[in-house]
Amino acid sequence: MNFTWISSYWALLLTGAWQTVSLLVISVTFGFVIAIGLAFAQVSGGRITKLLARGYCTFFRGTPLLIQLWLLYYGVGSLLPMIPGIRQSLLWPVLREGFFFASVSFTLNYAAYEAEVLRGALLAVPKGELEAGRAFGLSPWKLIRRIWLPRAIRIALPTIAGEIVMQLKATPLAFTVTVMDLYAVANKVRQDTLLVYEPLIVVTLFYLALTAVIARVFRGLEAQVPVRR
Amino acid sequence: MATAQQGILDLLSPSPPGWGGVLLAGAVSTVAISACAFAVGLLLGTGGALGKLSGNPVLRLLIDLYTTVIRAVPELILIVGLYYAGTDGVNRLLAALDLPPVEVNGFVAGVAVLGFVQGAYMTEVLRGAILAIPLGQIEAAKAFGMGPVLRFRRVLLPALLPNALPGLANLWMSVTKDSALVAVVGYQELALATRLAGASTKHYFVFFLASALLYLAITLVSNVAFKLIESRVRRGQPRLA
Repeated sequence: MNFTWISSYWALLLTGAWQTVSLLVISVTFGFVIAIGLAFAQVSGGRITKLLARGYCTFFRGTPLLIQLWLLYYGVGSLLPMIPGIRQSLLWPVLREGFFFASVSFTLNYAAYEAEVLRGALLAVPKGELEAGRAFGLSPWKLIRRIWLPRAIRIALPTIAGEIVMQLKATPLAFTVTVMDLYAVANKVRQDTLLVYEPLIVVTLFYLALTAVIARVFRGLEAQVPVRR
Repeated sequence: MATAQQGILDLLSPSPPGWGGVLLAGAVSTVAISACAFAVGLLLGTGGALGKLSGNPVLRLLIDLYTTVIRAVPELILIVGLYYAGTDGVNRLLAALDLPPVEVNGFVAGVAVLGFVQGAYMTEVLRGAILAIPLGQIEAAKAFGMGPVLRFRRVLLPALLPNALPGLANLWMSVTKDSALVAVVGYQELALATRLAGASTKHYFVFFLASALLYLAITLVSNVAFKLIESRVRRGQPRLA
């Protein structure tokens, strides 16, 4: 075991960790917002919205994330330049990056998994509480905002923590589209120094630390919500 | 538009100018690699679950270490790490035995790595399923004088299957999707075949969409199959809700 390379690569390791964390935060935040819409569409939407939301979840949960990522990066990415004027637009430097495609595909994928979790949680909110809200004259929108969604999120919290850890474990795929995340740094160290295991061990420790942080944050969140058992 | 449509269908045609055959062959190897890894995982998982429940503290600690590490580390890192460690280990073993080094077959390496990962998850699924069996059933089997093997075959296995099948179905879905990661270490299954097809024709979008649909088909067909198996192993049980 040889860890002398760390002294010359620590800056790169930190950038990698930063990229990994950004990918995670971006995909979880935006994915969660989309998931709320998808979950409500499935629970209380009309026939067509229900069908569309179901189809979305089936597609994204039924195909590998790697394929979704490549479909976006190579597929959509190769079609994008055909849109007239896009190369001149201010967004082009962003649209060109692997990081953008990774964020979008991770977000869409996370939303599909999270929507299933939320769908179950929405159905698990006791009917009586919703009826009580309606009896108080809450509008449907207020009912969702004040009772239905907060209760469902509370019910789903432990599962959400698990889903976020799964999402963290999926982020290394971003290296296949040139994102310099933690795993990509390990790869670079291997190419430079011919050490195979040491960089993998070091980045694994990073991932374990991130998992521990996520678990800690959610334990705190769960403690924040008063529950009577 | 009609000519463009024609062109895309030509691209996906099964005979050589089209890439459909390559994609289908990739899909077949995806299913094959997943099925073999699933079987390996099932063996490891059964051993792991029985070991965890056996009450031997050293064995339990070792299996705990195995399941915790495997489930905590990102799949891609595991697959790449185990791939190198596995091939390296085999060749060191051969060198120690004064044999020439071998080139490890991509299929075998993929199955070994994915199976090893599956085994950790299976251990937990099967352990939970065994714990859910009413103790009286096992005691009754013991009282009838069944040996451990007979007891496993006639009582434990049929009683745990209904509990374990939903978890096993989930694991099957995740191994068919994880098998795409083997593309990163260079074994040609559906994901890599698609990338090759895309790279040589520049029609990335068409091919990745086609392969996503192939994966989706695998998922949907397996869903139906698992439903059928579950209703079979649950025969005679009262319906839930």
